[in-house]
Amino acid sequence: MAYAWHWEIFLQPAASGETTYLGWMLAGFETTIALSLAAWIMALVLGAFMGVLRTVPNRLWAGMAAIYVELFRNVPLLVQLFIWYFVLPELLPQAWGNAFKQLNPFLQQFLAAHVCLGFFTSARVCEQVRSGIESLPRGQKNAGLALGLTLPQVYRHVLLPMAFRLIVPPLTSEFLNIFKNSAVASTIGLLELAAQGRQLVDYTAQPYESFIAITALYMLINIVVMTAMRRLELRVRVPGYIGGK
Amino acid sequence: MLSARLLTAALICSFLAIPALAAEPTGTLKKVKDSRAISLGHRESSIPFSYYDDKQQVIGYSHEIMLKAVEAVKADVKVSDLQIKAVPVTSQNRIPLIQNGTIDIECGSTTNNTERQKQVSFSNTIFIIGTRLLTKKDSGIKDFADLAGKNVVTTAGTTSERLLRKMNDDKKMGMNVISAKDHGESFLTLETSRAVAFMMDDALLYGELAKARKPGDWAVVGTPQSREAYGCMLPKDDAAFKKVIDDAIAKVMVSGEAEKIYAKWFMSPIPPKGLNLNFPLSDDMKALYKAPNDKAFE
Repeated sequence: MAYAWHWEIFLQPAASGETTYLGWMLAGFETTIALSLAAWIMALVLGAFMGVLRTVPNRLWAGMAAIYVELFRNVPLLVQLFIWYFVLPELLPQAWGNAFKQLNPFLQQFLAAHVCLGFFTSARVCEQVRSGIESLPRGQKNAGLALGLTLPQVYRHVLLPMAFRLIVPPLTSEFLNIFKNSAVASTIGLLELAAQGRQLVDYTAQPYESFIAITALYMLINIVVMTAMRRLELRVRVPGYIGGK
Repeated sequence: MLSARLLTAALICSFLAIPALAAEPTGTLKKVKDSRAISLGHRESSIPFSYYDDKQQVIGYSHEIMLKAVEAVKADVKVSDLQIKAVPVTSQNRIPLIQNGTIDIECGSTTNNTERQKQVSFSNTIFIIGTRLLTKKDSGIKDFADLAGKNVVTTAGTTSERLLRKMNDDKKMGMNVISAKDHGESFLTLETSRAVAFMMDDALLYGELAKARKPGDWAVVGTPQSREAYGCMLPKDDAAFKKVIDDAIAKVMVSGEAEKIYAKWFMSPIPPKGLNLNFPLSDDMKALYKAPNDKAFE
């Protein structure tokens, strides 16, 4: 294949914004990290809460949590994003919808992508938390109750501290996924890493350099996350359980 | 090595000037001949150039010209049962797909410019447009100067995006530029009043108008910011293939056939809604039809 490589393209002044093309890439890199971390925090909090609800004895609460999971897990991420960004503002009372649409476009796109990724990932975190809780022997819960602890106390002091330590490995995958999934935000125009990569192709007509660079940046993020999570895993593993001694 | 072979082939052709004695086809023509198939890149929502009708068939002005060119390729490689594969492309992936050989030719709404010529070649120009604005009739937007401080949408990966961002920087207009994935999404952004105006090639704006729920609500305004030449994108430096395509396009234009194709797509009702774009043949286009060429404007 005849292709003219021009790696120096990254140091050339970009078409707008008084920076270089490398500056564009780094701006996208920052947006990807900010979006993914914000969505991850939301997913962890909501997911943990819903995961607990999934396992409570009350049928109604557990059923509602199950519906929540199926709703956010079974609709494709891209469709969810379009619903949050395009459909929801039209369904809201007109004043609210217009208020949202008058926001700075970057903020609109960021918020829509944040909420979308947050809910989508929370459904998956919820299932991890549930499986963590359910993997514990029944006796632990019963022993807690027999000691006179209330149900919330059993969760707080017995079940959750164990469950969270057990599900660190699957949570690592979800954490890695959220960075990769954040690339869907480029479809609503958010200039995150993938979008900047494509924009670079449009402006410089050097697709391979751009795609190789964004691949390297995504790998960099994921290697950092993996290393950090591996350390966490070693620190919190439970002796006698999977991975523990 | 490839270019050396091409050069030799070209030299032999030009000295002998007898097509029957031309060397075995090389490059794309050889690939087409050997695989008995040609892959055409088309757009999905570049109305009226290349888009899906309501039966998901690819139609449009550029597509029709591309099919004429394919006929010429078919005659050139002498494969009667040539298989034609249609591959949908976007603004963003069309250049890589030509480069890696997934598609052999792309006729849609691709501007021929010097930046792109470093990576791909362009055929004879098939259309000339100006970049303008689509806005609601009652929006108060009359020209580009009225956009200061407003949200403006354009399609990612287009020359309009580039011009708009540059204008924003140069004139410190404080616009928020939204880059949507394709023309359909850009118009959706405009229609849901996220942006007050949509900057794009005038012909495409008329095309979006044709899709609108109430075409009467919208107007194309503003001084054209640039003139651009659309060409068919071809693999870089494949002179033999380019010549077949160029000749076919020139023939369509000089013979007056192109004017009929133009009238069909720009001056009469077109799918999906049967709306007439009423976009008369410009002087630039008339000149092009008289003297086909492959010159870029920038």
